Amino acid sequence: MEKKKVRIVHYINQFFAGIGGEEKADVPPGVIEKPVGPGMALQGALKDEGEIVATVYCGDSYFGDNLEKAQEEVVELIRKYNPDVVIAGPAFNAGRYGTACGAVAKAVTEKLGIPVISGMYPENPGYEMYRQYMYCVKTGASAATLRQAVGPIVKLALKAGRGEEIGTPEEEGYMPKGIRKSYFHTERGAKRAVDMLVAKLRGEPFKTELPMPVFDRVPPAPPVADLSKAVIALVTSGGIVPKGNPDRIEASSASKYGKYSLCNIDSATPDKFESCHGGYDRTYANENPNRVLPVDVMRELEKEGVIGKLHDYFYATVGNGTSVANAKKFANAIGQELKEAGVHAIIVPST
Amino acid sequence: MKLTLGYFHIKDVQFGPKTEVKDGVLYVNADEVVSKILEDNRLCKARVELARPGEKVRIIPVKDVVEPRYKVEGPGNVFPGFLGKVVTVGSGKTHVLKGVAVVTCGQIVAFQEGIIDMSGPGADYTPFSKTNNVVLVMDPKPGLEAHEHEAAVRLAGLKIASYLAEATKDMKPDEEKEYEFLPLPEALAKYPDLPKVAYVYMLQSQGLLHDTYVYGVDAKKILPSLISPTEVMDGAIVSGNCVSACDKNSTYVHQNNPIIEELYARHGKDFNFIGIVITNENVTLADKERSSDYAAKLIEMLGPDGVIISEEGFGNPDTDLMMNCAKVARKGIKVVLVTDEYAGQDGASQSLADAVPEADAVVTAGNANEVVTLPPMEKVIGYPEAANVIAGGWEGSLRPDGSIVTEIQAITGSTNELGFHTLTAKGY
Repeated sequence: MEKKKVRIVHYINQFFAGIGGEEKADVPPGVIEKPVGPGMALQGALKDEGEIVATVYCGDSYFGDNLEKAQEEVVELIRKYNPDVVIAGPAFNAGRYGTACGAVAKAVTEKLGIPVISGMYPENPGYEMYRQYMYCVKTGASAATLRQAVGPIVKLALKAGRGEEIGTPEEEGYMPKGIRKSYFHTERGAKRAVDMLVAKLRGEPFKTELPMPVFDRVPPAPPVADLSKAVIALVTSGGIVPKGNPDRIEASSASKYGKYSLCNIDSATPDKFESCHGGYDRTYANENPNRVLPVDVMRELEKEGVIGKLHDYFYATVGNGTSVANAKKFANAIGQELKEAGVHAIIVPST
Repeated sequence: MKLTLGYFHIKDVQFGPKTEVKDGVLYVNADEVVSKILEDNRLCKARVELARPGEKVRIIPVKDVVEPRYKVEGPGNVFPGFLGKVVTVGSGKTHVLKGVAVVTCGQIVAFQEGIIDMSGPGADYTPFSKTNNVVLVMDPKPGLEAHEHEAAVRLAGLKIASYLAEATKDMKPDEEKEYEFLPLPEALAKYPDLPKVAYVYMLQSQGLLHDTYVYGVDAKKILPSLISPTEVMDGAIVSGNCVSACDKNSTYVHQNNPIIEELYARHGKDFNFIGIVITNENVTLADKERSSDYAAKLIEMLGPDGVIISEEGFGNPDTDLMMNCAKVARKGIKVVLVTDEYAGQDGASQSLADAVPEADAVVTAGNANEVVTLPPMEKVIGYPEAANVIAGGWEGSLRPDGSIVTEIQAITGSTNELGFHTLTAKGY
């Protein structure tokens, strides 16, 4: 039986669509119902196995200036052609173009559930920002390297378009998406550990199953100039919440945080507060929630004039097993609110 | 120290008028089990249920899993410090009911207990879907304090595990296996040409449902120490924890520590297995520094060429793991780590809370944040509504049809960091 031809929509910018350079970067999304520009090279490599049924283009400035709107417009154009897979770019080292390709990948993945293949220079910010949403082939910095990128992009597009399982970055030749996925091995972990140790002792090659993560380093903020005039807020990952956990913050792997009033509250007493944290022995926090959320001490400092004021609200979540992505999201939202509320500094009691 | 394990291969478990092992079947006198449990007046109600591999049965919330063992020769009994006198164990002969597990279950103590499914997709994730389980469902006296509640159900599990295996004390095992552990000078003399290997065995010790006991001593209060692998097989290490049940070492996993088994399997061939250092995972920085310094020092005194370090838990203990790794590796010793990951439900976040460059050889037991749907079961032993509050679940995890949507974090033993199971993860 003949294999079904893979239907492909190709996303490119105004330049590669032949509309124009920087002066045309503000053109809104449009469609050309055939391969255009780099799409010609892709179609050549696809032969009869796949077909670029439409090329969707958008100006890089238009996309950057109207991110959400442009994403939506591009997705709606792509949807009409009912593709099996979308190819975005390659964007080489063009930052705005790469970012647009990545944003298209995110929107297509989330809204259409269709795989996206792209190609970028590793330092293109679009790769770092959106790598989890696409299989991104490594290219050179300039469009002169298109010829080398076509083969791997087409290979991945056909595989993904046919719904075949895509292997690891090393197996398939794309840059890491940064996604960890569980699977059942044929050997138990203890045996793999002993095998790895023997290889290491013999000086034979071995492969770690978990390369060490690279951490964000946050430079500390400058000290508060005059504490006696400062508004201080309490923000905790120790899970202190109003009794009954009204927002149902999870005991582990939290998906949300809560914002709770401290108006007219001089102490975090056990009749009003408790811990919803699943990662430590809560007995002592429940006995006296001030141990994690020191409202009592903050009020004393306020009375003594050591600090200007305790902020009227505190924020709480659970740090236990909570992903860094969620923690970042919470921190950005909480930080924004605190800034708008005129808070000068926060204390983050951990557990 | 020389210990013989006498295995009885049990293929089924049934209720019967007398607790006995006959033709590979364990018969359990439920009334006798219940009255033994209720000797402890902290518990007011108990019943026994059986759950076999392949049955449409769910057990929730699970606290501990214990393998029935009983000492028939040599000093002491299993679980020293809990049952009988505190006597050094690890020599003589111990009977084992292979294929059976005692599972303790009952009202929730805190948020952190586990799920065992005997069939369906959940069964793949827990090693205890393959054992014939004698489930003890126990309720505490009203108002019993949480630590006391945990201690009472823990003790009941140990007691019943010993009681079940005692039924074989006058019988001949189906199979025997001998484990010998030599004093250091003899061990070194025996295989002078092989590289020397040791094991750093990290024990969770962060508080209620995060505790481990060594000869009855709370591991928070120990300095790192040496232990014979045969003592571990006799239950010298007992679990008091099931927080995020995926990566907590139930007592069963300690009794059958797979790293010890795999080290023995290649001992005398590829290396010389010379010792185990146990250490804890306390919550303060000073404790972490002290314990990791001390563990690394004990390792240096043993003088191995290579070391395996296993973690228990995640987040805060990642720091202990990395301190142990760096301090051992900086003595010029080759190190392999066993851990698991919390990379978010989408797998896109970094997996660990701490890292050092020396951690270049790591075995992972999978991403505990991954979400799985556990279909409804015909029978649920315990309290299914616990699914909404246990670590790994959320409000609404238990759906009206009885299915449970949860992170595999809630499944007992799914990402065990002794490498007891086969789950792992790779990067895409």
